Amino acid sequence: MSEIENEPHGDTRREFLKKSSLFTALSLTPLAVLKAAENKVDERFAEMFEKIPLNLKVNNKPYQLSVEPRVTLLDLLREQLHLTGTKKGCDHGQCGACTVHVDGQRVNACLSLAVTNEGKNITTIEGLASGEELHPMQAAFIKHDGFQCGYCTPGQIMSAVACIREGHANSKDEIREYMSGNICRCGAYPNIVDAIQEVKEKGEKR
Amino acid sequence: MINFRYIRTTALKTALGLINKEKQSTFIAGGTNLVDLMKKGVTTPEKLIDISNLPLKEIQLNNNVLQIGALTSNSAVAENAVVKAKFPLLTMAINAGASAQLRNMATVGGNMMQRTRCPYFYDITMPCNKRQPNSGCAAIGGFNRMHAIFGTSETCIAVHPSDMCVGLAALDAKVRIAGAKGERTINFTDFHRLPGDTPEKDNHLQKGELILGIEIPSNNFNKNFHYLKIRDRSSYAFALVSVAAALDIKGGIITEVRLAMGGVAHKPWRLIQAESFLKGKAATKANFEQAAKMEMNTAKSFGENDFKLKMVPNAIIEALTLAKDKA
Repeated sequence: MSEIENEPHGDTRREFLKKSSLFTALSLTPLAVLKAAENKVDERFAEMFEKIPLNLKVNNKPYQLSVEPRVTLLDLLREQLHLTGTKKGCDHGQCGACTVHVDGQRVNACLSLAVTNEGKNITTIEGLASGEELHPMQAAFIKHDGFQCGYCTPGQIMSAVACIREGHANSKDEIREYMSGNICRCGAYPNIVDAIQEVKEKGEKR
Repeated sequence: MINFRYIRTTALKTALGLINKEKQSTFIAGGTNLVDLMKKGVTTPEKLIDISNLPLKEIQLNNNVLQIGALTSNSAVAENAVVKAKFPLLTMAINAGASAQLRNMATVGGNMMQRTRCPYFYDITMPCNKRQPNSGCAAIGGFNRMHAIFGTSETCIAVHPSDMCVGLAALDAKVRIAGAKGERTINFTDFHRLPGDTPEKDNHLQKGELILGIEIPSNNFNKNFHYLKIRDRSSYAFALVSVAAALDIKGGIITEVRLAMGGVAHKPWRLIQAESFLKGKAATKANFEQAAKMEMNTAKSFGENDFKLKMVPNAIIEALTLAKDKA
């Protein structure tokens, strides 16, 4: 295996030939057709020069993708895979609405470039329930009224599941400290803490 | 975000070769600061070299020296059994910073390399000598509540935002660095620098060099230690002022002491004067007060951060007291 993997497309001879033959084809095409094809051509150009392959699993389902290096894991999930359960709040790692698990660890998907997740297993809020059966944390959030508007909730729940798994849910104070990366502007904090504490005490692991 | 080229490698040699070959390239590991800076347009690298798969993730205690690989995550260091037992000040400092999510992503090396959170550095419409040399400093005479009171210059009054680094500065850590010409090791306190007239440089890492890891010598600071962080909310906020305090007390006498501060300077601020005053003296409040006072001689505030002139000595005294009283 080579030490360097996934070198993106540069201006190699092959790429240059592709590019120039495309230009030749365009110059021979009638204007109307050209106009109609304009957008698509632009997209293909983008693909040729900027996208790189990415293999990962999301909620245990394998994907073989092609992404621009600048695409964040959050935008990949929402815009390309249409998994919109993961929310975009601040987009700067300050609110926690985008929290997902990468190989079991909670991270801010907005600050993670998708391409740096090659080979990883991502779990989003969509991957928590088993069929129609809610994850215990989802059920506890409903029971304890752990949200009002619900926008921060997927991030809160993903963070809460990890908080227990990490062993940092042993008291209300500890839960507050280790959940501080998830902001709730409705102020449902006391109920969120109650929900986490109940799941922790019941010892429900998943 | 302006697009860029991306490459990843699992080999140190390749990483060093790539960074030296391409002038406008930069390393990426956890990305928690770099991706944010790129979104804001503060940093616009042409190419990212992903080093997150390099084999620099070990934590080992060898011959009384704790070695931590540069790519170890902040949470992995904080949760490590040896670190918790023998270097608990480091765990406490790391856990005072950021959020659980960010600590899972951020690496030791990346934490050291993070840029200041000065709002003018982040706002590309404002002058900032650190972001754009010779454009001026908007913080001097501007909103400077979070800013430095020690080691400032006429060009920059920004602070280094890390908590982990304050702990490492207190614990006499060393930094192992690799470059095209081989390896070198420097004191942690010599890694970051003061702004002077080149505030665009945060530290002494040369272009083309890579942090390999941190080394911390064994110590007796696992009983009487404290990391005190004063901030605008009780968690997940940058420090107004923070203090790492470590004491070795025998029969009421301080035999060894380490003190470092965050939120007050362009680098983790080690309190050498206070340390040498306290060594050999009784661990009393009067001595703590005198030690704190002598550190304030060189302090200079800028208006909105005047309160730090009072908060800093109080924080030093409080951290030393909490360290002394730790059961």
